[in-house]
Amino acid sequence: MLPGFAANVRTVSPEALMEPGLDVAVKKRLADAALNAAKSKGATYADVRIGRYLNQFVITREDKVQNIVNTESYGVGIRVIANGCWGFAAVADAKSDAQIAKAAEDAVAIAKANSKLMKQPVELAPQKGFGEVSWKAPIKKNAFEVPVKEKVDLLLDVNAAAMKNGANYVNSILFMVNEQKYFASTDGSYIDQDIHRIWPNFTVTAIDPASGKFQTRNSLSSPMGMGYDYLQVNPKDKVTGVTTRYNMGYDMLEDITAGAQQAKMKLSAKSVEAGKYDLILDPSHLWLTIHESVGHPLELDRVLGYEANFAGTSFATLDKWQSKNFKYGSDKVTLIADKTQVGSLGAVGWDDEGVNTKKWDLVKDGVLVNYQAIRDQAKIIGEKESHGCCYADSWSSVQFQRMANVSLASGKTPLSVEDMIKDVKKGIYIIGDGSFSIDQQRYNFQFGGQLFYEIKDGKIVGMLKDVAYQSNTQEFWNSCVQVCDERDYRLGGSFFDGKGQPSQSSAVSHGSSTARFAGVNVINTARKI
Amino acid sequence: MAVLSKEEAKQIIDKVLAFSKADETSANLNGSRTGNIRYARNSVSTSGETTNLSLSVTSVFGKKSGTATINEFDDKSLEKTVRRAEEIAHLAPDNPEYVGMLGPQNYLDIKSFAASTDAINPDFRAEAAFKSIDPCAKKDLTAAGYWEDSTGFAALGNTKGLFGYNAATSVDFSITVRTNDGLGSGYAVRDVNDVSKLDVALATEVAIQKAQASSKAKALEPGKYTVILEPTAAVDLLQNMMGSMDARNADEGRSFLGKKGGGTRLGEKLFDERVNIYSDPQNLEIPGSPFGGGGGRFAFGGGGSDGRAQEKVVWVENGVVKNMYYSRYWAEKKGVKAIPPPSGFIFAGGNESLADLIKGTEKGILVTRLWYIRAVDPQTLLYTGLTRDGTFYIENGVIKYPVKNFRFNESPVIMLNNLEAAGKPMRQGGNLVPPLKIRDFTFTSLSDAV
Repeated sequence: MLPGFAANVRTVSPEALMEPGLDVAVKKRLADAALNAAKSKGATYADVRIGRYLNQFVITREDKVQNIVNTESYGVGIRVIANGCWGFAAVADAKSDAQIAKAAEDAVAIAKANSKLMKQPVELAPQKGFGEVSWKAPIKKNAFEVPVKEKVDLLLDVNAAAMKNGANYVNSILFMVNEQKYFASTDGSYIDQDIHRIWPNFTVTAIDPASGKFQTRNSLSSPMGMGYDYLQVNPKDKVTGVTTRYNMGYDMLEDITAGAQQAKMKLSAKSVEAGKYDLILDPSHLWLTIHESVGHPLELDRVLGYEANFAGTSFATLDKWQSKNFKYGSDKVTLIADKTQVGSLGAVGWDDEGVNTKKWDLVKDGVLVNYQAIRDQAKIIGEKESHGCCYADSWSSVQFQRMANVSLASGKTPLSVEDMIKDVKKGIYIIGDGSFSIDQQRYNFQFGGQLFYEIKDGKIVGMLKDVAYQSNTQEFWNSCVQVCDERDYRLGGSFFDGKGQPSQSSAVSHGSSTARFAGVNVINTARKI
Repeated sequence: MAVLSKEEAKQIIDKVLAFSKADETSANLNGSRTGNIRYARNSVSTSGETTNLSLSVTSVFGKKSGTATINEFDDKSLEKTVRRAEEIAHLAPDNPEYVGMLGPQNYLDIKSFAASTDAINPDFRAEAAFKSIDPCAKKDLTAAGYWEDSTGFAALGNTKGLFGYNAATSVDFSITVRTNDGLGSGYAVRDVNDVSKLDVALATEVAIQKAQASSKAKALEPGKYTVILEPTAAVDLLQNMMGSMDARNADEGRSFLGKKGGGTRLGEKLFDERVNIYSDPQNLEIPGSPFGGGGGRFAFGGGGSDGRAQEKVVWVENGVVKNMYYSRYWAEKKGVKAIPPPSGFIFAGGNESLADLIKGTEKGILVTRLWYIRAVDPQTLLYTGLTRDGTFYIENGVIKYPVKNFRFNESPVIMLNNLEAAGKPMRQGGNLVPPLKIRDFTFTSLSDAV
């Protein structure tokens, strides 16, 4: 479950996570050393990222603390354009002007070496400098200020509730992140940012020894761009119904109590009959379908072929966008990219190449209208400026185009989930994300889930298992017949969106209200071995 | 200086251990230099080099342990790190599953380091990229590829007298070639310890041929087909299965190796009797690591960093599950040998080439590669994913035409019961895997992706 640690990540004491990083004046001095060194070696553009990345994991199972890990990673990454070509070099723990100047010179040398194979020089969309500015995530409680003991006690209480409610096993994790990033470029920006993320999650397992079968239920929490305030229980953040779901505050104890009971219920649930169903997809599920079938295919680097050897290309080719009438989805479908949404994982003030963040339409009333592009791509789609969605997962990684928060706009007319279900003759209501797979051009996908409820003649009649749905992106979004109104809007997301070689992780949120898709193909996944 | 000699590494570790005031202390020292070059649209997109040398110290008091890491190596810094690990240990809760550190181990001598790979520089990488891009550009095709080489070492020692050192090198290379009309795509992937064994031009040629041959694919109905999985396709499903052979999960009843009524399926015949899977860290084609965390491509590989010696292990013999792997805690609780997970596995095959397998197939599908594989049901090891970069219809022993990609839903357990033939193994991601001919492989839908 744990991500791989990048190079140069050190484990530290919990107290070290509260120590201040370098003073902003020192960072400015180091940044200028890099920029000046790069320019003196012939760079026509340079940017420098001074990053301090802090993580804390608290990992438990049943009544045991398995591990508490605190990590810190500090270093400097320098990206330049020389001879029209990109070059990048990074240096760990750099605190002297000389170390940083040397890395800047290395970056220029690499750019010059690579320029021999260059076909076309890099062309950056213009970007004004912002001078000395800062941005801080609007968190209410820094998770690193909360004592480790309090976090351990929470997880052990949560685990005890699971065991009391029928779980045979339980694993729970608290995962907290703080990125302290300083960016400077030859455009005249010096940007200091402080970003926080948190993800409480669990898996409960219920076993039927007689049949040898087991079922699991994962938490319905979402990773969020928030502090420890996400764990403050507040009734207004709860969405009640067939099971309780959560908005900007997560009640872990309540969710695991339900989760343990539901894992047991899944053991005796009815195995689904394969066929066509209307799907009612909760935001805790739909975020992942949006991520895979909208977020990724509309990344311009994939469309252009830069990810062909790994993540793949895209069905949403430039000619479809140029036609101005490519029906990505039904007229109920508007999909929005947003790097500013409060509480989301992707929210920052400026991206990792110094562009101020923004919000823009990708699909408007069903029609493909835009992509996600950064400075060296903007010109290709006729944009005068970058969308501000460039990101690197570490000071040691080179920044590139990453997915913004991509969300489905809520329905414009009032509609509750209950009213939506009333209208369904044969359907399945899916809550929580499960298994997911999609092809390299993002046509064909298959998704599972955590909880499946059968709907017959407008009523939920019981729980199902062995459910997965398969569809084609365009067909699926064109089958969207209803979206609930904004009262039901919630965020889901991932800490670990993978892309690039070497692979980098990015955290991204996807919001939606519950939506209905008509006549989707459902398969039964039960097998005998 | 990221790659230290055995003597240099031992000197640092001995110093660290001498500072110890804890019940037990261990030190792990790792260093590497990794370089890469990435290209797409027939042009280099990114390239870089990173070096890393870091020391991790774990101190234990009773069942409390703490770890601190550093990358400065003067005496003062080393002592400070030991003290910090001890402070963290004092603050940690008891770990009831803690097992005391190992004493001296007999580590196998493994030839995982190649001077040729250690000598790679940015010009060498740029040349490799050129050798791969140039033939594609000349044929009006588009190349996207990635090359990563690494040279590194791992050393570990503890206050119970254990010491181990291993140096390793690795190169990973992959290439996707696409036709400019977007209708054909081919792929090849190679990994070696010794770069002199890697022929970039030859691998590129394979990808070129697949791209050209896969253009204008026909649609076949999804369903059950006899397939020939090339090693690149077979390895992913097999690797997922090998990654699920943890004994504790099986004992706890939450694994495909759990059994109705309790217990595990160890000793049961679960696969066709021609299925034989073992691991051998001394195999010359896939030299592994003498212990977990042995440097190079296996730096974070099997066995963890607890210092357990890797040795030859038979996992499946004549279709019977012979071994599972254990944490030291679980092995002690169960009173069995604590076999670590392997750093790579060998699926024993025959002498038949891929061409021979095709020749012997009346009707079937040749699969180059599988993609986006995700678990659907851990109980049955059901996985879903798609074919990619060259899928072909075979009739009467010859490739007839390219076919559109399929989504599959299949379990490696079911697949290895439906084994028709296994050809000559080749290295794939640090494992040795043959092309596999499988009957009744389940394709559940079609994909338009190329």
